[in-house]
Amino acid sequence: MNPRDAAASVVDPEIRVITIDELGILRAVEEDPASGRVTVTITPTYTGCPAMDVIRADIRRALAVAGHPDAEVRTVYSPPWSTDWISAGGRAKLAAAGIAPPAPVPTAGVVSLTLAVRCPQCGSPETEQVSRFGSTACKALWRCRSCAEPFDHLKAL
Amino acid sequence: MNGPFDFTLGLGDDALIAAQRLAEWTTRAPEMEEDIALANIALDQLGAARLLLSYAGELEAAGRDEDALAYLRDDREFRNALLVELPNGDFAVTVAKLFFLAAYQVPLYTALAGCADERLAAIGAKARKESAYHLDHGALWVKRLGDGTEESHRRMQSAVDEVWPYTHELFGADPAAPVDPSTLRPAFDETVGAVLAEATLTRPEGAWAPAGGRDGVHTEHLSYLLAEMQVLHRAHPGARW
Repeated sequence: MNPRDAAASVVDPEIRVITIDELGILRAVEEDPASGRVTVTITPTYTGCPAMDVIRADIRRALAVAGHPDAEVRTVYSPPWSTDWISAGGRAKLAAAGIAPPAPVPTAGVVSLTLAVRCPQCGSPETEQVSRFGSTACKALWRCRSCAEPFDHLKAL
Repeated sequence: MNGPFDFTLGLGDDALIAAQRLAEWTTRAPEMEEDIALANIALDQLGAARLLLSYAGELEAAGRDEDALAYLRDDREFRNALLVELPNGDFAVTVAKLFFLAAYQVPLYTALAGCADERLAAIGAKARKESAYHLDHGALWVKRLGDGTEESHRRMQSAVDEVWPYTHELFGADPAAPVDPSTLRPAFDETVGAVLAEATLTRPEGAWAPAGGRDGVHTEHLSYLLAEMQVLHRAHPGARW
């Protein structure tokens, strides 16, 4: 497996249905042509995300399996991660796992209408926020008024 | 007095001490959702603190990393504003501190995002999005309690009165800093004025402006906080999970 595919296959430790590539936190995978040493660049979703150490370890492990035992993982903070970087495939996987994907991040200066968060179980737009914070830094807790199921919503950032 | 090191250290200490205070609410908040909220905000503050203190250590170039700065300094070496070290007190006091801190950090990080220092600009661009959410959260509670029952109004007003004098220190002029804090005051005043008005609360008058945190002169509350935060690291140097 080439280094890019190996790094891209690592799943997010807190949302295990989606890879770090689909989540948009895998920024670059570079292989030094002379030494063959691989450098992976990632960026955190939130500054305090406690999963970063596990993600770094998982990347190094995946690359070791792919034949690159001395890979280096760098962390960058600029440009800051945005939920707009979550791929279409990633959004579909989130929804399939019962996590309502984020709406597009409003552009500064543009008046945006607040879109209803659709229930990932029944599709109803009749939903309400239960808690502005949820099980991880990137999620809020919502509830569907149609089917009564509570669900996680990945907050637009 | 302030070079980039002192400036960055002050902001890092604000975030670190705010995180430690907020974390005290974990398992003790008035409701489950708020417990999770305060813990998440504490985590964001800790994330910003780690970036700022790591960078401060590099600027100082004396071999101190984020852990050395967080765990191996005494109270007189901390540069946080007094606001963040005040005890949590009544839940309304925590809300007032949270709201005022976020109303300062949002314009601060926004200004940092455009400053000439690339590292500080990256931290500002990252942290301002998180701070904007904290500000929303704090403002919701200020309005809910201020414009709530007679009792919640009384306690929210009392908390605002108690904490307000400590906000002035956040805006001490420092023209040589990457962002002069005094330039952030108009944005803070605008946010605070609008939210307090909607919450049917009165903005305090009065000239008392306790300060000293940026020079390392703190209230006694900081020492107790540091004792709890630092004891493990000092008793077991290099301890890891």
